[in-house]
Amino acid sequence: MSEPLVSVEDVKVHFPIKRGVVLDRTIGYVYAVDGVSLTIQRGETYGLVGESGCGKSTLGRGMLRLVEPTGGRVVFDGTDLSALRGENLRRMRRRMQMVFQDPLSSLDPRQSVESILVEGMRAHELDKGREETGKQLRELLSAVGLPSTALRKYPHEFSGGQRQRIGIARALAVKPDLIIADEPVSALDVSVQAQVVNLLEDLQEQFGLTYLVIAHDLAVVRHISDRVGVMYLGGLVEEAGSDELYAEPLHPYTKALLSAVPVPDPLVEDRRERILLTGDLPSPAAPPTGCRFHTRCPWRQAERCDTERPVLREILGGHRVACHFAEEIRDGKIRPHEVEPVLVHPDEVLIAPDAG
Amino acid sequence: MALLEVRDLTVQFRRRGEEPFTAVDGVSFDVDPGQTIGLVGESGCGKSVTSLAIMGLLPRKGNQVTGSVRFEDTELLSLSQSQMRDRRGRDLGMVFQDPLSSLNPVVSIGLQVTEVLERHRGMARKAAMVEATELLDKVGIPDPGRRLSEYPHQLSGGMRQRALIAMALACRPRLLIADEPTTALDVTIQAQILALLKELVTDTGTALIMITHDLGVVAGLCDEVNVLYGGRVVERAARHELFAEPRHPYTHGLLASIPRLDAPRGEKLVPIKGSVADNIPWDGACAFAPRCPNALDTCTQVTPEQESLANRLLRCHNPVEVTA
Ligand SMILES: Nc1ncnc2c1ncn2[C@@H]1O[C@H](COP(=O)(O)OP(=O)(O)OP(=O)(O)O)[C@@H](O)[C@H]1O
Ligand SMILES: Nc1ncnc2c1ncn2[C@@H]1O[C@H](COP(=O)(O)OP(=O)(O)OP(=O)(O)O)[C@@H](O)[C@H]1O
Ligand code: SF4
Ligand SMILES: [Mg+2]
Ligand SMILES: [Mg+2]
Repeated sequence: MSEPLVSVEDVKVHFPIKRGVVLDRTIGYVYAVDGVSLTIQRGETYGLVGESGCGKSTLGRGMLRLVEPTGGRVVFDGTDLSALRGENLRRMRRRMQMVFQDPLSSLDPRQSVESILVEGMRAHELDKGREETGKQLRELLSAVGLPSTALRKYPHEFSGGQRQRIGIARALAVKPDLIIADEPVSALDVSVQAQVVNLLEDLQEQFGLTYLVIAHDLAVVRHISDRVGVMYLGGLVEEAGSDELYAEPLHPYTKALLSAVPVPDPLVEDRRERILLTGDLPSPAAPPTGCRFHTRCPWRQAERCDTERPVLREILGGHRVACHFAEEIRDGKIRPHEVEPVLVHPDEVLIAPDAG
Repeated sequence: MALLEVRDLTVQFRRRGEEPFTAVDGVSFDVDPGQTIGLVGESGCGKSVTSLAIMGLLPRKGNQVTGSVRFEDTELLSLSQSQMRDRRGRDLGMVFQDPLSSLNPVVSIGLQVTEVLERHRGMARKAAMVEATELLDKVGIPDPGRRLSEYPHQLSGGMRQRALIAMALACRPRLLIADEPTTALDVTIQAQILALLKELVTDTGTALIMITHDLGVVAGLCDEVNVLYGGRVVERAARHELFAEPRHPYTHGLLASIPRLDAPRGEKLVPIKGSVADNIPWDGACAFAPRCPNALDTCTQVTPEQESLANRLLRCHNPVEVTA
């Protein structure tokens, strides 16, 4: 395989939790991203799924160094980003753009669409004279399906779907290689989501873009992605080609997650067997020992699960799983059992050993 | 006779100096005991306003509600505020999308549930505590005895939603309205809550009005589905009929535009063009016409009436042809 565009190597993002009068005492950490490794090939779409708070956005932001990773490194097109400073980092950032969930809050309401788009181009010295820039802007708008009259308007004058198009145009304006789209359609009406999904697909083809798409809607991610990674409490628990993952999920969490997604077809719904998980997601500031999923896992075994953290290992070609018993579960040698729900306090903090 | 009969329910919002705005426009449907009725449609189509009007929870000023909402023999729209409050404690329960905003942040979960039991079922404090523990247990809150003394912010989103359902159940309602009860929750927690609601309907015969924009939720839960567009019911059918053969171009378009977890990949989605911002008024037209692939000239000249058509209600001049 050729050299990947992005290589994420054991990246960690731990947010300190401060307490005390002047907030100077660190009493623990939110282990938002805790050792994630993955690669994204040129021209592919990598989908990242997982439930609220599992660290998807933080991983995406950490990749761009919008938050500083606490550990590991991110290599973009052969360059280690963690070594870059100042101007070099800024130059590199042009090639990696982000599209956000809520287009309204990520667009400055006082700026016209034209000024929003030109701003990025100017910052990276891509506006080459009025005529050339004007041409580029018109091309950009037509690429995202907005009329050129949109240039003089302001974000509030558009519908949600149109605003998301503006957000995408802003990202495209600086000619990036990689677009990280964080929940690009989840704020949109169902009938409008498909427009934006199709647009992202068309643009990828037209401009040879590479995507990291972060979303909690598993059907959308499956539709748009070539490969999918599943996160749970700061770690990647499974990764596979989109079709393989959905055809044969191997990790107990992925199995449960996929079985929980409602399908808009009563014939399917009536026959479906759900793996209902008990209890809640543990606090990322006090993650369980061993396998982070062991407190909710219907396949949990007495040995290893609560003591040893499973590593992500390749089981079949291109299918990686972090479960000690993935093969036994796949082959039906161990069966699911009832799980007693445990109490979860959403703000629980594991007191750091060095806290005074 | 149905448990709840909604007829021609219309809600207009009036603001001084502005044209009155009709959020709900002649909505009618029935709910029988033990039945789950779905109200689906995209943002702003009037789902929440419909449910608030039924429950008598619309703001006191600035709106006008007409039509009829009959619960058994009582016309709810002619009840006074205090009579309605009493009804809400006895026969009618409601669960909202955001449990945090409907729970009192400074009162413990236990006290909030026992208050309902004392007020509406006249129980003594001790008995109410026992009953509250049982209710929390029934909705799947682990270690319910301990949870009674905790405050809403100490619970996760899923547990708060369960607490809210427990409070709604405390009055043993015969009709429960759930307005996007799982929209703010993760999908594995959503599955738990939906299973809980389903169990409730089967075990107690409570009638359920389920409001959601998620067609997947509807497919698994609702006996009958009302599809709303621009404040009107545009299509109504039993669950299997609706999904097997959506006849209204809007319903049809919605189903074609959502990716399915179990469908072959690689096929392009078929979006509905435009957005609700393109809607035109229902007066003398079909509000959906500017976005509709089936639109004829009549669609911008004549309001489509609601017609019944083989076990289905339809409001469309040119419905999608039946295949087969
Ligand atoms: N700046 C921050 N400071 C402290 N904690 C943070 C910060 N940003 C995120 N977190 C915490 O890190 C964890 C992961 O958050 P993140 O936003 O990455 O999750 P997510 O998977 O994107 O969730 P969602 O689906 O809700 O967007 C959460 O517990 C969150 O509260
Ligand atoms: N108190 C109010 N005053 C004025 N207009 C209102 C009021 N409440 C709702 N509306 C309007 O009525 C229409 C229907 O709103 P409603 O809340 O019922 O939509 P909905 O179908 O529940 O949407 P969503 O899926 O976003 O919850 C909207 O256009 C809304 O802006
Ligand atoms: S390692 Fe154990 S607890 Fe974790 S998913 Fe596998 S079986 Fe379940
Ligand atoms: Mg996020
Ligand atoms: Mg609503």
